[in-house]
Amino acid sequence: MPVPPSLTPEILREFRSIVGERALLSAPDELRTYECDGLTNFRVIPGAVLLPASTEEVQGIARLCHRERIPFVARGAGTGLSGGALPVVNGIVISLARMNRILEVDLPNQRVVVEPGVINVDVTNRVAHAGYFYAPDPSSQTVCSIGGNVAENSGGAHCLKYGFTTTHVLALEVVLPDGTLVHLGKKTLDAPGYDLAGVFVGSEGTLGIATKITLRVVKRPECIQTLLAAFPSTNEAGAAVSGIIAAGMLPAAIEMMDNLAIQAAEAAVHPHYPDCGGLLLVELDGPEAEVRTLAAHLDEICRSHGAWEIRVAQTETERALFWKGRKAAFASVGRISPNYIVQDGVIPRTALPEILREIESLGAASGLRVANVFHAGDGNLHPLVMYDRRIAGQEQAAEALSLRILELCIEKGGSITGEHGVGEDKKYMLAKMFSEPDLDTMQRVRCAFDPLLLSNPTKIFPRPRMCGEQPGEYVPHPLETAGVAERF
Amino acid sequence: MDWLRDARVVEPANEDEVSAALRSADQDGLAVIPRGGGTKLDWGNPPSRADVILSTAKLHRVLEHAWADLTVTVEAGCTVADLQRTLAQHGQRLAIDVLWPERATIGGILSTNDSGALRLAYGSLRDLVIGITLVLADGTIARSGGKVVKNVAGYDLPKLATGAMGTLGVITQATFRLHPLPRNARTLTIAAGNPEIAQTLLLTMEAATLAHTALQVRFGANAEPQMDILLEGTEAGIASQEERVRELAGAAVVTEAAADVWKAREKVAESSAVAKISVLPSHIAKTIERQAKACPTAVVQATGIGWVALDAGLMDLRAQVESDGGSLVILRGRCTDAWGDPGDALPLMRAVKHQLDPKGTLNPGRFVGGI
Repeated sequence: MPVPPSLTPEILREFRSIVGERALLSAPDELRTYECDGLTNFRVIPGAVLLPASTEEVQGIARLCHRERIPFVARGAGTGLSGGALPVVNGIVISLARMNRILEVDLPNQRVVVEPGVINVDVTNRVAHAGYFYAPDPSSQTVCSIGGNVAENSGGAHCLKYGFTTTHVLALEVVLPDGTLVHLGKKTLDAPGYDLAGVFVGSEGTLGIATKITLRVVKRPECIQTLLAAFPSTNEAGAAVSGIIAAGMLPAAIEMMDNLAIQAAEAAVHPHYPDCGGLLLVELDGPEAEVRTLAAHLDEICRSHGAWEIRVAQTETERALFWKGRKAAFASVGRISPNYIVQDGVIPRTALPEILREIESLGAASGLRVANVFHAGDGNLHPLVMYDRRIAGQEQAAEALSLRILELCIEKGGSITGEHGVGEDKKYMLAKMFSEPDLDTMQRVRCAFDPLLLSNPTKIFPRPRMCGEQPGEYVPHPLETAGVAERF
Repeated sequence: MDWLRDARVVEPANEDEVSAALRSADQDGLAVIPRGGGTKLDWGNPPSRADVILSTAKLHRVLEHAWADLTVTVEAGCTVADLQRTLAQHGQRLAIDVLWPERATIGGILSTNDSGALRLAYGSLRDLVIGITLVLADGTIARSGGKVVKNVAGYDLPKLATGAMGTLGVITQATFRLHPLPRNARTLTIAAGNPEIAQTLLLTMEAATLAHTALQVRFGANAEPQMDILLEGTEAGIASQEERVRELAGAAVVTEAAADVWKAREKVAESSAVAKISVLPSHIAKTIERQAKACPTAVVQATGIGWVALDAGLMDLRAQVESDGGSLVILRGRCTDAWGDPGDALPLMRAVKHQLDPKGTLNPGRFVGGI
């Protein structure tokens, strides 16, 4: 692949002088590794990949990008599922993988300070000896990075009770797209000023690059009880979830799988789930006496809604096995279908039975199977639309069905993404969820952070908005010349 | 509040009227002061200009309590107490204990980011608000977030508006996630001897596997600090936790207390000179002891957030708290700047303000760094 016009040998040399010879990749075979993230149907070969080792190096890269108007995309572990780390044509990728140190552990105050490349589960590993854990637990937690979690505001099964990444990020050190270093939030709460840390988390790399993150860790509860309940169908399982909420319980997690998802999990990791139409995995935690009382109540609720088998994990190994099937659900579908699309939508939880019926009839109409995995407590759906690329027309049908499911989510008052992000994948859907003035207001905020539109510029918004004021001489933005964006 | 006297009051009856009122003021170069219940109008710096008071009094409806989904959408002018009464009909609550709930409104608590001791378990408003409608100075009506708890579509502007002191737009409605009302609740009070003992006990309780939902320490002039712990849940759960608290308290005397100890913060906040401090939980005793001679009345929560009533020396205390990495905001009392050091993100904050309210129409001068 030819070197894009903006990345001249001089510029590459300058990048090299910032990060060092070995931390700049520009050979075609090396660049190919970075052409996509976990969403593989979008691919762009970047102009170069840089692997900075420090905040100063990230600043140096950003300053050069700013001076030369080079768009950049920050990348964590590349496990994202919406194309957020997809490179931009003519741009560079900044991988934060080498910035992977845990900088500070302050247990009395329950804070941990990390660099963005630290792997999610390593935060928990570092504090587990003292009985703490880091609560956000996306299924990819053994490989995904905290920096990526911050970009996507990642959730996970336990966010029903413990909240999302944003709940657990207290402060950020951020390199702005012009290379300026700012500190958003503090180690203490309610720092004076706007909650820019709150805006930054979940901004999908469009506002700058986080180089240091102060996290909150949580005390592991005295007692954890995990149970599986087998129902004839997802309808009964859904009704049981409503019953649990109506009874005033807030379990740590409520997960649901339908029969296809169970079959897939069974084929892949053998969790020995009961073969049923709708499976609930519920986890209660807290003081032992509290959990015991609630567990008895939970058992009653499940049985009264038709559960024919209820299993309580007796050991930590058994609990891990219960979760293994659920956490491996996306990958498992590969065992029962050659190709599939992982969708991520949200509905008000009470609309669950309705939308499941609609998904089923949509699937039947297009001759496709859909496996369903949900975070049932908070209405976050992950329909897995299965198809075979080799059969003419199936891929298109699967994409259409997958998008139709998102439209249904919007119609029911929900959202087009609960945790995977908008990224490249759903930017056109965002305009169906929000009006022009809504999106425009968000982009005005973006202009405050990134007036030259350099930081992951093609993501989230269907039409990137160029910012009014431009310092100095007018330089057409690459997106403008490509006809992707317009100047306001 | 002299600056209020000459201002004209407008009371829009719906979102479109809010938009029209703002647009016309913005065009005419008039400064607009949004007002809910008016309980915290003296917080922050006095505005540099005040031409129009935009009251949300007519926007007081609970629009949708989707109780089975544990969410509610409510207009900004609804008082917190009215909202809680509606929610209680289905055994639910907005899990936040704010100041003066009978008068404070949803828009007001969001804009001032008020929070009480329940924050320990349920988070602050930024963790509870899931959607917001903000009317900008130019009349733009902007929705963000949504009606579902889990949602990462678009920027999280509900958080931007929370605590912005009405300087970015007027909040007209908000959607919140809700929690069930606890089945039972019990408050225990521990006589904590002195600030050092209180500090040790606080860190001990926080490091234990208790599931208490609130913890505060009351400091008073020439009195021994009192630590309050709130236990909520099933009777069995509360009983076992009470036993655990008594064990952890060691020699300190533990008694059951009335629920009104949680109103102590309100009394402090009503003082003529009062500040909100935020320090690391492990710095609470040292912060209070520095002021020992002045014998401040204070309520400090397990999160490290506290309210301190102190006639003199607030600026000294700010310098000390800030050098320890914390912050001190003067809510009432003489001062040249209510906010203290906003840090190196101030230029970015100004840029955000400039993008959303370029003419400085909303609450000019009231926020950090003259915003």
